[in-house]
Amino acid sequence: MPLDARELGRRLRERDRSAAPAVLNLIEDRSAAARGRAAALLAELSPAALGGEAPAHLVGITGPPGAGKSSLLSALVPTWRGAGRTVAVLAVDPSSKRSGGSLLGDRVRIEHDPKDDGILIRSTATGGRLGGLAAPTREAAHALAAAFDVVVVETVGVGQSETDVEEVCDTVAVVVQPGSGDTLQFLKAGIMEVPDVLVVTKADLGDVAERARRDLAQALTSLGAGSVPVVAASSVAPVSGIEELAAALDAHRDRIDVPATRLRARRLMALGDFVAEHGEVALRALGGRREAERFLCTLDPGLQAPALVSALRERASRERAPTS
Amino acid sequence: MGASKAGLGQTEKPPQGESRARLPERDRPWVMRTYAGHSTAKDSNALYRSNLEKGQTGLSVAFDLPTQTGYDPDHELSRGEVGKVGVSIAHKADMHALFDGIPLDAMNTSMTINATAAWLLALYMTVAEENGVERGSLQGTTQNDIIKEFLSRGTYAFPPEPSMRLIADTIAFTVDEVPKWNPVNICSYHLQEAGATPVQEIAYALSTAQAVLDGVRPRVPPEHFPRVFGRISFFVNAGIRFIEEHAKLRAMSALWEEFGRERYGVEDPKFLRMRYGVQVNSLGLTEAQPENNVIRIVLEALAVTMGRDARARALQLPAWNEALGLPRAWDQQWSLRIQQILAHETDLLEYADIFEGSHVMDALVEELTEGARAEMAAVADRGGAVAAVPYMKTQLVESHRARVGAVERGELKVVGKNVFTSAEPSPLQEGEDGGILTVDPDVEQGQIAAVQRWRSERDQAAVDAALGELAAAAADESSNVMPATLAAARAGATTGEWGATLRAVFGEYRAPTGVADAAPAPEDDALEELRDRVERVSEAIGRRIKILVGKPGLDGHSNGAEQIAIRARDAGMDVVYEGIRLTPVRIAATAVQEGVHVVGLSILSGSHRELIPDVLEELRAAGADVPVVVGGIIPRPDAEAMLAAGVSRVYTPKDFEVSRIMGDIVDLVAEHNGVGAHAA
Repeated sequence: MPLDARELGRRLRERDRSAAPAVLNLIEDRSAAARGRAAALLAELSPAALGGEAPAHLVGITGPPGAGKSSLLSALVPTWRGAGRTVAVLAVDPSSKRSGGSLLGDRVRIEHDPKDDGILIRSTATGGRLGGLAAPTREAAHALAAAFDVVVVETVGVGQSETDVEEVCDTVAVVVQPGSGDTLQFLKAGIMEVPDVLVVTKADLGDVAERARRDLAQALTSLGAGSVPVVAASSVAPVSGIEELAAALDAHRDRIDVPATRLRARRLMALGDFVAEHGEVALRALGGRREAERFLCTLDPGLQAPALVSALRERASRERAPTS
Repeated sequence: MGASKAGLGQTEKPPQGESRARLPERDRPWVMRTYAGHSTAKDSNALYRSNLEKGQTGLSVAFDLPTQTGYDPDHELSRGEVGKVGVSIAHKADMHALFDGIPLDAMNTSMTINATAAWLLALYMTVAEENGVERGSLQGTTQNDIIKEFLSRGTYAFPPEPSMRLIADTIAFTVDEVPKWNPVNICSYHLQEAGATPVQEIAYALSTAQAVLDGVRPRVPPEHFPRVFGRISFFVNAGIRFIEEHAKLRAMSALWEEFGRERYGVEDPKFLRMRYGVQVNSLGLTEAQPENNVIRIVLEALAVTMGRDARARALQLPAWNEALGLPRAWDQQWSLRIQQILAHETDLLEYADIFEGSHVMDALVEELTEGARAEMAAVADRGGAVAAVPYMKTQLVESHRARVGAVERGELKVVGKNVFTSAEPSPLQEGEDGGILTVDPDVEQGQIAAVQRWRSERDQAAVDAALGELAAAAADESSNVMPATLAAARAGATTGEWGATLRAVFGEYRAPTGVADAAPAPEDDALEELRDRVERVSEAIGRRIKILVGKPGLDGHSNGAEQIAIRARDAGMDVVYEGIRLTPVRIAATAVQEGVHVVGLSILSGSHRELIPDVLEELRAAGADVPVVVGGIIPRPDAEAMLAAGVSRVYTPKDFEVSRIMGDIVDLVAEHNGVGAHAA
């Protein structure tokens, strides 16, 4: 007996967090029947249904493997919980190209009390999608934003692949460890977008971490992004910089226009889904990516991603029709 | 005359004219022990006394998992584990009871204790002190090797750095105060159980020894350091390939001596000699036709006794029925008799080293030595043993996978398991007990009541003060925790209090699981076919099959769980693996939050009778409707009870075909989600 999708959506809207796992199961379900039900569920969580944007702070935590993202979350999550905020973490791991399977190992590194229902951790695999995020992860982040105060999307990213996280989240923090010159080079070369917050981990190393922090701050200044905070943090004793990081994340969100950011994110997400499903040929039928983005901007800002995908699909088949 | 009363490993030659082959006098046998202990201190004391009566010449104490990880019997994580794989020791009165009537100044006691070694040594010393025995006369060993706990055995309590400091503290303390004590017994034993090849065993043990020595060097006066080097001993494994295993020990001894000379400048040959004890291999013991294990054990015992130049100082043998459950007193007696026959009936101890001058042995030793040097260099490149734990762990997981795969494909023959499987039923298992020991489940309640009574009757102010001192000593990097630990032991503090005090200062830790970085499996048809099935069922149910692999309780033997986790990934499933030491509540919460399709649990400590029903209950309470499969050392009646309670499948060591287990799991998920066999 499948759970009623609208009912699940309604429960999440009313901040019943116990509905979250079932919501995620449905969102991840790729069967055609489930897609229909997921659309009904997501409609219950649209800005129109919520009477505005979902209240959560959507935070992206990304960085190269081994940079200390999970350990950082291990310290951040209690800080947020201590301030009375509920937290959902979507931890994304790569899928094996060969088998399609994955080992979802981040959960173990995020220490938490399993009895605390104010914390939800869900591990997901990229499902082979280039760019870091599977479509369900993006939908999941937006759905959970209705019921949790903070929704974290944690991904492995180096260089360009954090673009996806940026499209989903209000605030993106890139995590690097001292001594990894890559980030510095990527920033300077413009391969990597300037993040909202930069975190240097392993501050317990002292001088090494402080030097890395200064180098990155300098690079940002020379790129004209001197206002981007660079936080040095340590998640192991002596723990440091965690409060400062939490504050920097909040400060960024206070600065941005959340409805505009989310609207843009929904449109880009829809475009991503459309391309994933119909391919580059369909995108060309729309006149290319920029044209498609312009078209999306003409649509009702209240529409959810599935409706936007349908609109793109219709337009593509209309555009293609004369030549067939 | 070269009568070698001084003991083993002496290579003194008889004078000219006498036999070059025969020793003028039989060598004294090695110390004979049995790894033993269960339930309460009183029960184990009776067992020790009867073992000594049977001719055992030393004691080897098995502690239960709460004692090994620093929890009291009434801690949440102790549930199901109290008195199971060893004896429960919560405070000094328990230790008094354990050694009641056993003269500590005449005994050689080996304790398999690691994270809490400093504490158990302090309890042992307190018992000696309160019985008027000089600490200088105490002889024995605390295992105290934390790196192999991170790699294989799982009874760690604190992060690596403070754990290494605790080891350094015990060494620095004992080298003066308890000079006949072996404060640390570097273990390659558990590495082999986790899949290590002989080369890996040598390399990782010696790298660990190096990390320990480097840690202790700044904590002792330089003139004492050669003695420190001399106090380091090893605990080694011996597998069924007994010729190569013997060569391994010769190679290890040679490398150790070279190490002492070249790296640490030790010159006294007495300090340079590698001293080691042995427990022979349990990994290769079979559940099928278990009587054959006795033959395996005899051959493995030969590996470590037959060559005089690399003979074990102490030996303990597993029992024939270890793959079935806990051994009974009679089973352990049988293993002790193997040692006694080897030492007293055979002519093993009458000769000089029988491999001296053997080209084959020399070449084999050379091969292993070279391999070990290269692997030690790989560890050194990663910053030494502490920093290289993730690297070594991944190497072990991969070696173990190679072994499991070879057994599965029949390339590595195991009689009774994957070859010559047609057999008569074993009469050894016909008794009412099924041929194993079952620990009385009431022991746990008894120990809980006892520790609570102990806490209420002691001088609380004295305990609080002692624990305060302990916390202060722990927080001060330059001080040694042993004096404060001894004071806490005397004052009546408990194992859990000592553990909690240090956890508060040092923090807690989860070791790397080694699975995330394990390379993908080599391609083969069975795997391809499995992937197709995973793909079909995943498509039919809408999501990729997601499995939670969990280890409830304190059991740290994670090899089985790790192999299941990586095989499931290689078969195309999404795998959530959280490592060891999970509470049933946590497993249930994870299953729900992660939306898994199936839960696989692994327990080898015998706590399945308590913990599996708890997990099922928590899953139900959390509203998770998922099938549960269980793997472990699980006696048949227990397996039947579990199936009746709602477990879908139970796997034991005889189920060595991991591919078949995976296939079962796919079927189970298909069936549970109503997608039918056509998809599977």
